[in-house]
Amino acid sequence: MPLMKGYLYLEQFMRSLAIVKKNIRIYYSKGPVVIFGLLVPFFLFLSFFIGRNITVEALLPGLLGMTAFFTATSVGPAIVPWEARARTLERLISSPISIWTIFLGDVLSSFLFGAVVSVFPVAVGLFIGVEIANLLILGVGIILATFCFASFSILLSAYPPTDTPASVMMLSSMIKLPLVFISGIFIPIEEMPAWGKPVSSISPLTYFTDLARHSIQGNGYYPIELDLTVLAAFSIIFFVTAIKIHERTMQKRL
Amino acid sequence: MNSENTVEVSNLTKSFGNLVAVDHISFQLKGGELFGFLGPNAAGKTTTIRMLTGVIKPDEGTASIMGYDILTEGLKTKQNIGIVPEMANAYVDLSAWNNIMLIGELYGVPKKQRQKRATKLLKEFVLYERRNHLVKGFSRGMKQKLLLCMALINEPQILFLDEPTSGLDVESQRLIKDMIREFNKSGTTVFLTTHNMEEANQLCDRIAIINHGKIAAIDSPERLRMRSSGLQSVEVSFDKKISVDELSKIHHVREAKKIGDKMRLYVDEPSLVLDGVVDFARSKKLRIVSLNTLAPTLEDVFLKLVKES
Repeated sequence: MPLMKGYLYLEQFMRSLAIVKKNIRIYYSKGPVVIFGLLVPFFLFLSFFIGRNITVEALLPGLLGMTAFFTATSVGPAIVPWEARARTLERLISSPISIWTIFLGDVLSSFLFGAVVSVFPVAVGLFIGVEIANLLILGVGIILATFCFASFSILLSAYPPTDTPASVMMLSSMIKLPLVFISGIFIPIEEMPAWGKPVSSISPLTYFTDLARHSIQGNGYYPIELDLTVLAAFSIIFFVTAIKIHERTMQKRL
Repeated sequence: MNSENTVEVSNLTKSFGNLVAVDHISFQLKGGELFGFLGPNAAGKTTTIRMLTGVIKPDEGTASIMGYDILTEGLKTKQNIGIVPEMANAYVDLSAWNNIMLIGELYGVPKKQRQKRATKLLKEFVLYERRNHLVKGFSRGMKQKLLLCMALINEPQILFLDEPTSGLDVESQRLIKDMIREFNKSGTTVFLTTHNMEEANQLCDRIAIINHGKIAAIDSPERLRMRSSGLQSVEVSFDKKISVDELSKIHHVREAKKIGDKMRLYVDEPSLVLDGVVDFARSKKLRIVSLNTLAPTLEDVFLKLVKES
């Protein structure tokens, strides 16, 4: 019996990989994904960087945090409203796959987009001679953080159950931008005012930025174990909550 | 046809706010049957098919497909069926081939099998040459044919078709109807919704007529026609003009209507009225130019049942 169950889970996982392939083919090149996933963080970073005397080592954790956060959260929110509008969602729902399978596919495609794009700042940093203190921790951190942000991205599209991708992208920007400002990207946590530190702790991005500082600069605010644990906990909470809300709102989209 | 029921529906009900879209309907489909679900717009056809294919949940009632309950064994149910939904699309940003491959993967069809089947289906539906083109460039007929290919990639035991020929040109309609017949002949049970009486008549072994969410009748097209008393008629034309009122007085005639240059007499039993028509012609010194008895069309039956319900 457990073997049978294991086979069923494996079967559903393989089907979620089919969803990933479909998402890569369709959504990676969509306008809102490119704008909100690549262009917005790039210009945000430029506006922060130009005219300030900051070392590349100090800059890289923030750049990496923004890249991972914006890219991994750019695909997920667009998919469900897009599919509802294009009337392809009904075709998926009537296929022999669970809602978990569909959203695991969406999360994995967001995760891949975030993880692959996040490698670029690291590669550029290494190319221009930045010494990374702990590459392994950085790699684990990127994987965990982009999965966490990808799970967060499907939560962003869970409510309200709209079929207008632009509305979801705007709403998610309203949530994402404040998170960037409280996550220690522009101001390290230790330099924040007393009230800012507890506020920053509610953002998952805080823990990845801190982890990146540990890996690149060799020092951070929280212990590495705590950063990793909190990112893993956020991933589970976001993923489960998003699916529970989508399960409740799905009928309204069809 | 297999005597075992492949679809069993009992008291299925669905409301949207105050509107009862489907109201306690029950029916069964035998294996290999081609079953038509006929009704006017907003009768509850699509809601029924969406409940049976697991898209929306019923408020009341039960249904099973191939013995699997649609609510508690949804994945097993869906694994055995193929669907051409009325309100769903193929992915317009993917090619025809990639659309079929995607659905094949979602049904767990092994790679070699899905490639082989996709090639065969695309050839049968005359889409093979366009297999690598994006669907956004396809006509409505091509999209509908592609949706059928997608529905058939898992070789389903039951095929649900929601208005499959609606809005298509005559050639595409004919091809799709021929293919439906072919797949049914090879053993696939077909559940077809349509508002086209002629289509239901041409294709279906049995028809359920649904209106305002309730089933008004279920029977074979021929028996539905036969059991509709009062819809049989005698059509007669004379060499001179005659008023409808005079003809209405003939014994056994329930109603007389002028249809072009002919008179149609609605009767319960045509043979009983023939003597009366001949006597009438003699008494008025008229010559009978033509005299025919007419069975009701499925359209007559449909309109009568819909009106009654």
